[in-house]
Amino acid sequence: MIPDDGYGGMGVSTIRVLIAKPGLDGHDRGAKVVARALRDAGMEVIYTGLHQTPEQIAEAAIQEDVAVVGLSILSGAHNTLVPKVIQLVKAKGGEDVLFLVGGIIPEEDVDFLKSCGVAEVFGPGTPTEHIVEYIRQRVGQRPQPGRGSPGGGP
Amino acid sequence: MGRLFPYGGKAYVIGVTGPPGVGKSTLVDGLIGRLRDRGGSVAVLAVDPTSPFTGGALLGDRVRMSAHAADRGVFVRSFATRGYLGGLCRAVGDALRVVDAAGFDYIIVETVGTGQAEVDVMRYAPTVVVVLVPGLGDDVQMIKAGLLEVAHVLVVNKADREGAQRMIAQLRALLELSPPSGWTPPIVATVATRGTGVDELVEKIDLHREYMMREGRWEASRRRLLIWELEELVRRQAASAVLREAREGPLWERVCRELFSRRLAPHQAARKLWEDFLARTVRGDGGEGVPD
Repeated sequence: MIPDDGYGGMGVSTIRVLIAKPGLDGHDRGAKVVARALRDAGMEVIYTGLHQTPEQIAEAAIQEDVAVVGLSILSGAHNTLVPKVIQLVKAKGGEDVLFLVGGIIPEEDVDFLKSCGVAEVFGPGTPTEHIVEYIRQRVGQRPQPGRGSPGGGP
Repeated sequence: MGRLFPYGGKAYVIGVTGPPGVGKSTLVDGLIGRLRDRGGSVAVLAVDPTSPFTGGALLGDRVRMSAHAADRGVFVRSFATRGYLGGLCRAVGDALRVVDAAGFDYIIVETVGTGQAEVDVMRYAPTVVVVLVPGLGDDVQMIKAGLLEVAHVLVVNKADREGAQRMIAQLRALLELSPPSGWTPPIVATVATRGTGVDELVEKIDLHREYMMREGRWEASRRRLLIWELEELVRRQAASAVLREAREGPLWERVCRELFSRRLAPHQAARKLWEDFLARTVRGDGGEGVPD
């Protein structure tokens, strides 16, 4: 059931997530599985499609006013791409965005990514419920900035 | 919103609607490109459906528009219907007002995949593009009732497919049957993935825009929208005021009891509550629910 916001629509607290595929690898099965799982958990998921530059992803994150950006990378270029995306999003005013990374990330790179601002790295085999739960805990209670009333009132 | 309002009213709104999977987003991508080429800034408000079961949504319209993702003259915002019917969502009116005030030259409103009655887009967009594909064939009969009537420009996309010419002929025949007016919707054949026909589409949109600009038609459509919005808001305020009064009033429980025991039909009950509301608040004579 869709929670009622008194206007016959949903409340303002719906979590919006951008799922993006930066760089050159063309494997988006994992990204789509996660997108689907988050959708089924009641979130609004914006999927960017393949081969996105960090600039495109950052612009999309700001325009869509998302609370979470999930980056799926299987190309090995994560140490270059991820910090770039985070830096651009923050520069454009997305200080509160939660960054998650999925894909093939070697254990030894996880600490580096976290030091760049990644909240968590989810490798292959992560149950999707973990990701859902993690996002809910980190974003759920926090008021989402910049979100207007959907009611149409002034 | 009140502070933004005076700055709006300048952008030209183009609606794009049609059944799911006909290529609306890909066409919009083509439109963005052409409008950017001639120097206009473009905001796109794209609506996708919310799952009625989980409340979640997968908003995929950006996938087709990523070529413009880093262009500062292009703003794309995805919306979920959030349970709202009509092909749009509740927030779209406010969102339009914001991007309008922000100074975009064009605003493209892309609806969810629609079938018959999801024609809300006509309220917001003076020019509505309806996108169809060959293979809807016999369904043309079904579509004519809703979608075709709101179209100012008809697009047969995926026109490289079999049946495109037949579809165009069918549409033309249908349009000939519609009552004569100052504007007959042109039919444009496109292959959006290759960009074929998009120039012609822009041309037809321009033609309709010029038509709307003549004899105050655009101004009239903008006024219709504002009046409609005003009426909607008044209706909503009035309804919640009456309902709040009724629930707190002494008549509520009695009316409900009579409703449950089927002595009073719902519309009779509603009438009773309304009369009581009028008596107590407007006429101020106490109403029948107040004990004497």
